[in-house]
Amino acid sequence: MIWVDTIVQGILLGGLYALFAAGLSLVFGIMRLVNLAHGDLIVLAAFLILTVVNLLGLNPFVAALIAAPVMFAVGWLLQSYVLNRVLGDDILPPLLVTFGLSVVIQNGLLESFSADSQKLSAGPIEAASLPLGPITVGVMPLLTLISAVVVIFALNQLFYRTKLGQAFRATSDDAVTAGLMGIRPRNVFAIATGIAMVVATIAALYLGIRANFDPSIGPARLIYAFEAVIIGGLGSLWGTLAGGILIGVAQALGAAVNPEWQILAGHIAFVIVLLIRPRGLFPRAND
Amino acid sequence: MTDAVLSIRNLTAFYGDFQALFGVDLTLQRGQALAIIGANGAGKSTLMRAITGILSSPAEAIQLNGRPIGALSAPEVLEAGISMVPEGRRLFPSLTVEENILIGAHSRTGNGYWTLEAIYDLFPILKECRHNPGTALSGGQQQMVAIGRALMSNPDVLLCDEISLGLAPVIIRDIYASFPRIRESGASVIVVEQDIGQALKVADHVCCMMEGRITLSGAPGELSRDAIHDAYFGVSA
Ligand SMILES: Nc1ncnc2c1ncn2[C@@H]1O[C@H](COP(=O)(O)OP(=O)(O)O)[C@@H](O)[C@H]1O
Ligand SMILES: [Mg+2]
Repeated sequence: MIWVDTIVQGILLGGLYALFAAGLSLVFGIMRLVNLAHGDLIVLAAFLILTVVNLLGLNPFVAALIAAPVMFAVGWLLQSYVLNRVLGDDILPPLLVTFGLSVVIQNGLLESFSADSQKLSAGPIEAASLPLGPITVGVMPLLTLISAVVVIFALNQLFYRTKLGQAFRATSDDAVTAGLMGIRPRNVFAIATGIAMVVATIAALYLGIRANFDPSIGPARLIYAFEAVIIGGLGSLWGTLAGGILIGVAQALGAAVNPEWQILAGHIAFVIVLLIRPRGLFPRAND
Repeated sequence: MTDAVLSIRNLTAFYGDFQALFGVDLTLQRGQALAIIGANGAGKSTLMRAITGILSSPAEAIQLNGRPIGALSAPEVLEAGISMVPEGRRLFPSLTVEENILIGAHSRTGNGYWTLEAIYDLFPILKECRHNPGTALSGGQQQMVAIGRALMSNPDVLLCDEISLGLAPVIIRDIYASFPRIRESGASVIVVEQDIGQALKVADHVCCMMEGRITLSGAPGELSRDAIHDAYFGVSA
């Protein structure tokens, strides 16, 4: 029974990793941009939620509703005024710029909030749990996984069922021809990054409630997110969810054997998947 | 009386330092079907890219209904009323046939003559495979999708860049059979063709390009074989 419990906890943890990764996956799928500052942007969102909580005395869930549109604007501006200028055939400039951005965000947060660890407090719900057959699951981890599924589902609907989603796919296929349809790729990219930052805000909410955070933890979140995206197959949103869950389960199993092995087990799972399926579990057909 | 829908004056175009167009002059009359012929590399596609705003031009060099559009971006040109069937069709692989058609109306629907239903009426075969990925079709069907996509914005001017390239003669005939209805819808048309016979059949005016210049211009009946030959290949020494 202990194994069932461990795997379930791993799946729930995977929901958090999928949330870290969903925004990264969306942006990569549309503009082939790997945003090395994605983890730091999640941490930035967490500090933004914290600030709203402290200033207005709100519950973090409500504060996130205020933070989300602000983060959308941050993403939109970042893409319009910085990233669009460096996107091109050469993948190095955007990597360098987002790496620089990562450093800037970390130092900016350090200056503004110090290196102290912080936490978002959601009240009694944090300790609540539900009996689920033979095991007990925490309400917060369950909510995290449900949110991840809802986010991925919503992004998929957006991608495959809306006019904006058509523009996303067309632009990612062929930006020049998309322009001939009246689509403005730069606008499309700005909206996509804005949406990715809304997802990052949701990730930040659950990250900040689950564990302590400080300005330096972004890059580690980026690595989990990155692994989830690659395992799932670049550009596949459901694949990203599967990738997040796989890392979560691997980490939980590793930790069950020896707590020190938690992180390592996740990375090993990543390497094994890549060795067996170099293009990930659900590669997009036309990449 | 002449009524120019599109007029191009002294248009030049560059790829970096390489000059691809040298002072092109061209007038498309309202309702006209104009064919541009010329050998590979003559600059036909470059001219199409300049008109559609993929390549930028001096504002005054290109006028649509008297409005200078040379400096507009591709989306702005589309919204002004010019759409293109690009060379090589360039369907979006991530979109279904139907989505490929619909996306043509993404930011302009024009006078509404062309709707999804009207496109399916024009090319009934497309309705049967509307949920397939656009790139799963035969070359001829893909070309129909590309034409349908370009029509969905109900353009004043439709540009077709080598729509017969790589297609079997019966397919080419089927595709060109749609042209009377396209012209009936009010669109003026420019077709780029390497196939001179095809061009002379569909057009009421023919221009020949060579090395970035227009070397011959006239009605199909007025042009002698020799004149076309010289304009197309250069005067034989
Ligand atoms: N993207 C490009 N970069 C540089 N030169 C180009 C490019 N596209 C076309 N050219 C050059 O411009 C000239 C005209 O090409 P193009 O307009 O494609 O000819 P056509 O469509 O008549 O076959 C050719 O010499 C071609 O090599
Ligand atoms: Mg060409």
